[in-house]
Amino acid sequence: MASVSYVSASRVYGKDTPPALDSLDLDISDGEFMVLVGPSGSGKTTALRMLAGLEPLDGGRVEIGGRDVSDVPPKDRDIAMVFQNYALYPQKTVADNMAFALKMQKVPKADRDRRVMEAARLLDLDEGLLSRKPRQLSGGQRQRVAMGRAIVREPKVFLMDEPLSNLDAKLRVQTRSQIAELQRRLQITTVYVTHDQVEAMTMGHRVAVLSQGQLQQCATPRELYDNPVNQFVAGFIGSPAMNLRTAPLADGGARLANRVLPLPAAVRTAARDANLSELVIGMRPEHLHLTGGQPGQGPDGSGELTGEVILVEELGADALLHVRLPEGGAPIVTRTEGRKPPAPGREVTLRIQPEEIFAFHPGTGARLAG
Amino acid sequence: MTAITVRRGPRRLRELPGKIGWAVLAWAVAIAFFIPVLWMVITAFKPESAAETWPPKFVFTPTLAEFRLAVTGMGPFLLHSVLATVGSTILVLLLGVPAAYALSVHPVGRWRDGLFFFISTKMLPIVAAIGPLYVIALHTHLLDSIWLLVILYTAMNLPLAVWMIRSFMLEVPKELLEAARLDGAGRLREIGGVILPIISPGLVSTALICVIFAWNELFLAINLTVTNAATLPMFLISSVPQEGLFIAHLCAAATIASVPVIIVGWIAQRSLVRGLSMGAIK
Repeated sequence: MASVSYVSASRVYGKDTPPALDSLDLDISDGEFMVLVGPSGSGKTTALRMLAGLEPLDGGRVEIGGRDVSDVPPKDRDIAMVFQNYALYPQKTVADNMAFALKMQKVPKADRDRRVMEAARLLDLDEGLLSRKPRQLSGGQRQRVAMGRAIVREPKVFLMDEPLSNLDAKLRVQTRSQIAELQRRLQITTVYVTHDQVEAMTMGHRVAVLSQGQLQQCATPRELYDNPVNQFVAGFIGSPAMNLRTAPLADGGARLANRVLPLPAAVRTAARDANLSELVIGMRPEHLHLTGGQPGQGPDGSGELTGEVILVEELGADALLHVRLPEGGAPIVTRTEGRKPPAPGREVTLRIQPEEIFAFHPGTGARLAG
Repeated sequence: MTAITVRRGPRRLRELPGKIGWAVLAWAVAIAFFIPVLWMVITAFKPESAAETWPPKFVFTPTLAEFRLAVTGMGPFLLHSVLATVGSTILVLLLGVPAAYALSVHPVGRWRDGLFFFISTKMLPIVAAIGPLYVIALHTHLLDSIWLLVILYTAMNLPLAVWMIRSFMLEVPKELLEAARLDGAGRLREIGGVILPIISPGLVSTALICVIFAWNELFLAINLTVTNAATLPMFLISSVPQEGLFIAHLCAAATIASVPVIIVGWIAQRSLVRGLSMGAIK
């Protein structure tokens, strides 16, 4: 049990390349499930490997339990890691795989066996599997063995590097909740790397969003969704992704599809203070509602958009409509009830509340206060 | 369904001449390589009088007489060959594994130069080195000693072995080594417990190639040994009498000398293919 801190932690691979991780400051409290999420090349794996001791630091430091471990070899950091491809020793049995670290620590055999059995029970690993070799196991079983190998060490920190990405979709969802539940039970600080924002949102107590080596925002899943600090986070978190459009400023709002979308006064002030003539507006698919009424500004001051349905994606419970606005560009995606979605080709009107419209600086991508 | 069958017929026919052509060529090449070996084995079973006829006789009464003759006096040569081959191969593996490790998994500084140096030693014709080698062997009193052959065969096979083992080690997934580091395995444990079990097919094929090269080596043996360390290839040469017929006798001795290599190759065929193609699987 321990907290983890990154203090201006940096990693530079080449002189002419931008840093893989640029001065990361992040505090992870004891027992927290922290997810590092971002697209490939965002530095999330680098950050994890630094914590593991597999990647040296070019600046700053990493602390575990308040102790600077930047120069401590991996085995002495009291951590356990689950690798994306599991990295099980192919020549060792499942039990030996799980017990290997304990053997290195010279834990007595009886004690090792007991801890392996406990971990196996915790993970619903059949006892018969313990004497098998990894290649005789299914993907899901291998994943659990990799988890088991981490658990038997009873480490201060769990590190997980995309541990679910080699599983099929159904198993991934299942294992996702199992890992989250297990972490809650064991109360061991966990740093979890993924590129999948759904995993990040569902598993993490807090989520750190990284892009191009820089920490964009670290907050609870709800906060990330409700209050993204910039355009990157807004576009990355949420599925389907937020609709982002550049729109010129107009009196009382932003002009989109020959219509003025009303913006909150605070946003308009912020845009005026920044001397902007246009801004990026973001609308989440689930905030756009189909309306049967006539186009124009809604009765409650909401904004409206009209366009043609070009694609309907049925998801069962609901459906996604891809709506092309008269001015062209990427279609606007909206989530609607699944039972009777409008057919492609139909003209529809979408309504959105002004406070649900996000606005971003077109140059910096920073959120305009709203 | 029918449409597919209709289209498949003519295409198969079109491809047929090409396939036959390649098959004929492959067989021709294979037979061309195999005929001398076959001739050697057949001749070994002929009486000396039937061995050197032209055109070669294919109908004859097989005899083991020449084998019996060849075996006599072979003992010490066989022993020397086994000692030099096994000894040098063990040494090659003992030295090659750490060397390959230092050039792949945890590369030392200037590892490229090291790697090039290893292979560059194979570029020099061995004839150029035989003079100095002779002088060195003379002064170290190793001339005509089995130790000299063990050392020289080790040196001869080491560069190739290092290159081979290195390429196998590069195939070991990086994450496995990292997992071992996290688990607290030291260097020795990392090599012995993680790397070696994975590359064992590669090691077997490396050892096999070293065995074959050492077993068949003649030049160094003939120049640096006389009797105390003379190997099987030398026996073949010495079994050629000054006068009289000797072809059948020579073939019998050569057949005996080839048998171990063929047996070893046969047994390890699968592991050899697996080892040599390790890079291809990934």
